[in-house]
Amino acid sequence: MSLSERLHPGINLAGTDPEGHEAAEEVLFGFWIFLMSDLVLFAVLFATYAAMSVQGIAEGPGPAQVFDLTAAFLETLLLLLSSFAFGFALLAMKYRENRRSVLAWLLATGILGIAFVGMELHDYYVMVTAHAATPQTSGFLSAYYLLTGTHALHVSSGLVWMAIMAIQIAVFGFDKRVKLRLMRLALFWHMLDVVWIGIFTFVYLFGVTS
Amino acid sequence: MTSRQIVRLLAAAVPGVAWPGIACAGSFLEPAGPVAAAQISHLGVISALMLIVIVPMFVALPIVLLRYRRGGKGTYRPDWEFNWGLEILIWAVPVALVLALGTALWKHTLQNDPYRPLGPDPLVVEVVALDWKFLFLYPEQGVATLDLLALPQGRPVTLKLTSGTVMQSFIVPSLAGQIYAMGGMQTQLNLLADQSGDFTGRNTQYNGLGFATQSFTTRVMSPSAFEDWVDATKAQGTALDAAGYQSLLPASVVHTPVLYGSFEPGLFDQVIASFAPRMGHGAAAAPATSETPHHSMPMPETGQ
Amino acid sequence: MNWELIFGQLKWTSIVFSGAILNPSLSEFIASGAGAIAVLGAIAALILLTVKGWWVPLWRDWLTSVDHKKVGIMYIAIALVMFARAVIEAALIRAQQLSAYDSPGFLSADHFGQLFSTHGTIMIFFVAMPFITGLMNYVMPLQIGARDVSFPLLNAISLMLTLAGAILMMVSLVIGQFSTGGWTAYPPFTGIKFSPGEGVDYWIWAVSLGSIGSTLTGLNFAVTIYKKRCPGMTLFRMPLFCWTTLCTSILMIFAMAPLTAATIMLALDRYAGFHFFTNGDGGNMMNYANLFWLFGHPEVYILILPAFGVWSEIVATFSSKRIYGYTSLVYATMCIAVLSFAVWLHHFFTMGQSANVNAVFGIATMVIGVPTGVKVYDWLLTMVGGRIRFTTPMLFHINFLLTFILGGMTGVLLANPGIDFQVHNTLFLVAHFHNMIIPGVLFGMFAAVQFWFPKAFGFRLHEGLGRASFWCFAPGFLLAFFPLYWLGLMGATRRTYMWSDPTYLPWLALAMAGAVLILTGFALMVTQIVVSVRRRAQLAAPLGDPWDGRALEWSIPSPPPDWNFAVLPEVSSRDAFYEAKKAGTAYRSPAGYEDIEVPRNTATAPLIGLFACAWAFGLVWQIWWLVVVSFVLMWAVVIARSFARDTEETIPAATVKAAHEAFLAAVRATPGVTRDQEMTAANRGRAIPEGLEGGSGALSSDSAVGVSR
Repeated sequence: MSLSERLHPGINLAGTDPEGHEAAEEVLFGFWIFLMSDLVLFAVLFATYAAMSVQGIAEGPGPAQVFDLTAAFLETLLLLLSSFAFGFALLAMKYRENRRSVLAWLLATGILGIAFVGMELHDYYVMVTAHAATPQTSGFLSAYYLLTGTHALHVSSGLVWMAIMAIQIAVFGFDKRVKLRLMRLALFWHMLDVVWIGIFTFVYLFGVTS
Repeated sequence: MTSRQIVRLLAAAVPGVAWPGIACAGSFLEPAGPVAAAQISHLGVISALMLIVIVPMFVALPIVLLRYRRGGKGTYRPDWEFNWGLEILIWAVPVALVLALGTALWKHTLQNDPYRPLGPDPLVVEVVALDWKFLFLYPEQGVATLDLLALPQGRPVTLKLTSGTVMQSFIVPSLAGQIYAMGGMQTQLNLLADQSGDFTGRNTQYNGLGFATQSFTTRVMSPSAFEDWVDATKAQGTALDAAGYQSLLPASVVHTPVLYGSFEPGLFDQVIASFAPRMGHGAAAAPATSETPHHSMPMPETGQ
Repeated sequence: MNWELIFGQLKWTSIVFSGAILNPSLSEFIASGAGAIAVLGAIAALILLTVKGWWVPLWRDWLTSVDHKKVGIMYIAIALVMFARAVIEAALIRAQQLSAYDSPGFLSADHFGQLFSTHGTIMIFFVAMPFITGLMNYVMPLQIGARDVSFPLLNAISLMLTLAGAILMMVSLVIGQFSTGGWTAYPPFTGIKFSPGEGVDYWIWAVSLGSIGSTLTGLNFAVTIYKKRCPGMTLFRMPLFCWTTLCTSILMIFAMAPLTAATIMLALDRYAGFHFFTNGDGGNMMNYANLFWLFGHPEVYILILPAFGVWSEIVATFSSKRIYGYTSLVYATMCIAVLSFAVWLHHFFTMGQSANVNAVFGIATMVIGVPTGVKVYDWLLTMVGGRIRFTTPMLFHINFLLTFILGGMTGVLLANPGIDFQVHNTLFLVAHFHNMIIPGVLFGMFAAVQFWFPKAFGFRLHEGLGRASFWCFAPGFLLAFFPLYWLGLMGATRRTYMWSDPTYLPWLALAMAGAVLILTGFALMVTQIVVSVRRRAQLAAPLGDPWDGRALEWSIPSPPPDWNFAVLPEVSSRDAFYEAKKAGTAYRSPAGYEDIEVPRNTATAPLIGLFACAWAFGLVWQIWWLVVVSFVLMWAVVIARSFARDTEETIPAATVKAAHEAFLAAVRATPGVTRDQEMTAANRGRAIPEGLEGGSGALSSDSAVGVSR
């Protein structure tokens, strides 16, 4: 494999354009570092949640009383499927450069993402109405809402970004910038999956068994 | 030479300045108990050890500057950049020093753990930090005071601290170091006074407009005088009930100490429980032995 | 009409001047005076811009610029303006404490609380941070032979976010009150129950803006150093300043997130009734202490590491010698960066954790002393075998070595939990961190300004006034802070606006004298800049190398062209430019020139900064329509920008060639100067390297022509 092929095996920027690859590398590397600092933020929120979910329950309900594992499992499926769909969008971009199929896959991703956010909002609604578990109830719930809320905000901003990228694909086609942005959005989206797996495991699974 | 003398020497080594105020009743420079004495002597030991890296700089730098100034006698070697001998020296000396300092630190920290009682049968005093005053409860004696910490000389003291308001930091410098008092939590401070007299204690954590004046007198008296003081307080003081405690909560500065002949039993636990209802019990029953875990009731240990 | 919908919590009594009318007192007059200075200063600046017709150049050449050099200069300008405010506040704090022996003094307790809070917040977030960021911005790309940072627009956005935070700090001087919770803003005191009102909110949003800006800066610089080094510039050939910039950038990436998280949680507690740090309902302020210092401790190394880099550059240049122990300095820097994340707990030994935990963190803290000690002795050894010139930056360096090592000693003392129990929260602690930050960071930045000013502006700073300011700053620092060590041992607590112990008085008087000297030093420094601007013809050094420099930044004209390097340099050793001068290969004409792409100026960054500032102001005063509108506009700018295609412009090879050849011709036409003439008008920026004055022909001025192609 040549150097330029090795650099970005997942995306076909331009097989014959080593300079394009080099320029892309800087941008993607920068985005990886951004993701890293974002992950530090999530790490801090996880740590806060870990402390508060044990010590901060006060007189409010505990994790086992408020979490709905079925809903969380369905949300996990939705988010993982959306990542899967995004993967197909990138493959379509790499091998076909076909606007319609890329847009279709992005649409699928977006719908799954919206469904995820919708389900999460519904979870909040149930917690507030059925269990009176608002973020103001206890430190534990404050930490829960902040952690999952930050993740949901990330997903929502990813959705906005996706919509903008759909417009840019329609307007500009697949030029280098659009491709790079899509690739960064994909990284972002997959990172949110990883974070959600953490939330599902440490918040929901550990929570209902505690 | 004791390390305290070393400190004095160090202090005197700064030329041209007199050193007023070394004998002030609010400082560990003039310790009145074993904890503060150990702290000041540890300060001396560490300072003396640190001279190992400081003195060479103060000696060598002027020589180097003189010798290698432009126009000085030193040989100009613009490409000289490394020497294994020197390299090993400048890494090894600090490493060895940190080993020594670290050992001293470890020993001193464990020996002088504020949670370690200083002897059997300590006098337990419960301290509630309020805005801008301290409430002292004597469960054994059944008396309470505001802004006056009366202690018997020679008897170990265990202070249990909590806060009825924001976080504060409690210190009586002549006797021991400080520890935070936090709402819904209990911290502990053990001390012992081996001299009688009045010592200043205060809060060191900023908590608003009255912060500057939030100090109190620590009055150390002979055991018999302490008994008399307790009896006198019981006889003449008013009672502190729950309503009385509530009336202390609004921020205020106390100019003269207030004595209470009795107080509502369990008040200290109630104060903690008012912030952390589930955690208010258990620690009160825990004996103040060396087995007492840190933060016995409330929270996990910070930073672990 | 519901005014609250429009103005939120803002009322006419929020304006600082109302205090002087409603409740006249010296304290209020001082507050109003400060507010008036801020307002008049702003008005004067507006008038000046209008009268001189500088609006267009300001917008066109500066605010919309994404050039790392201009961004760097703007950062440093922010730092200096904010320094002027915070240093005056420091003097007021000193004066109040001196005047308040057994009496309330001339400031109210509340005003004093705001003073120490703004002083700390500004000095850390809006002086030290922009200063180091500006310097790294200016110098690092030049030293690694790059044309700009990796993400120039992001760089400008970081600047504008920092500026927005700084403006918010200045607004708090005029509208409303600031927090009294200190720069650390410990809850629950800063919670809504104990600190109602806008003060803590000012702190939260100003710091958050700065913190986000710094995260982006760290990311940007790390990528720049990893990806944009010129050919041959391996990591271990980089100047040490670039190494320290790299380590600081990595620290920024990791350390800023905990601060952002902590400020967001505090904001949620205050605005929405969450229970992260409240008393009761499961809140726990210990978590805040951990989060804050998880940022706060790396932060002090974020500040000091670039200064270490500056000291390394200065000591090598003014000793005319290679740095001693380069590799060892690099590893020491990395050790410090890694260890800085392992010691945060030493900021609260007094929180009641077990002795074992305290001991572990105490020892970890001491371990940092090892690489730091190594660095100090490396700098000393750098001078050995050199020819030391006692220029202003070098004087600062010598002062640094002596005072920093004393600060290190008190740091080791504080690392002992047993000693910390006594001196925590006292003036001893205050003296310690000022002892590290003033001679280390602040004077490091001042020295850097003296050192790189001719690079940025094409003329040197007046040396005599520079030395004069040094001779005020250095003793001023000693006088102002060494008494505080003693006061701290005597039990004087920090943040105390009045005293009752008469033995404190002489020490407070000494400290006041020190503060006056520091103020004088600052006045002299400002004078130095003004005088130097006036005499810029005499002090001009356009040829770029006034100090016989060693790294690549000295090989290009002063000020450098927009594209920095006409042709990207190729290096084969450390101290690349010095080695080229020695070998006689400096100032060679390149084989050919190419078109250079540079990013176009854009209004994106200033607009984002503007809306961020409005957004934060809206949040502070709970003007919700403003919050929504400015937030939407901020992101609208980002989205609009993502549709812009024509974001780069090309500078034709011919333009580059003309400029560079003219520069080379000027260099060849100018006789080099020896170090004897360094401070004379003869120094136009062409240096004859030390030790080669009369010697090898390759270095004499005539033969420079010989090395051209």
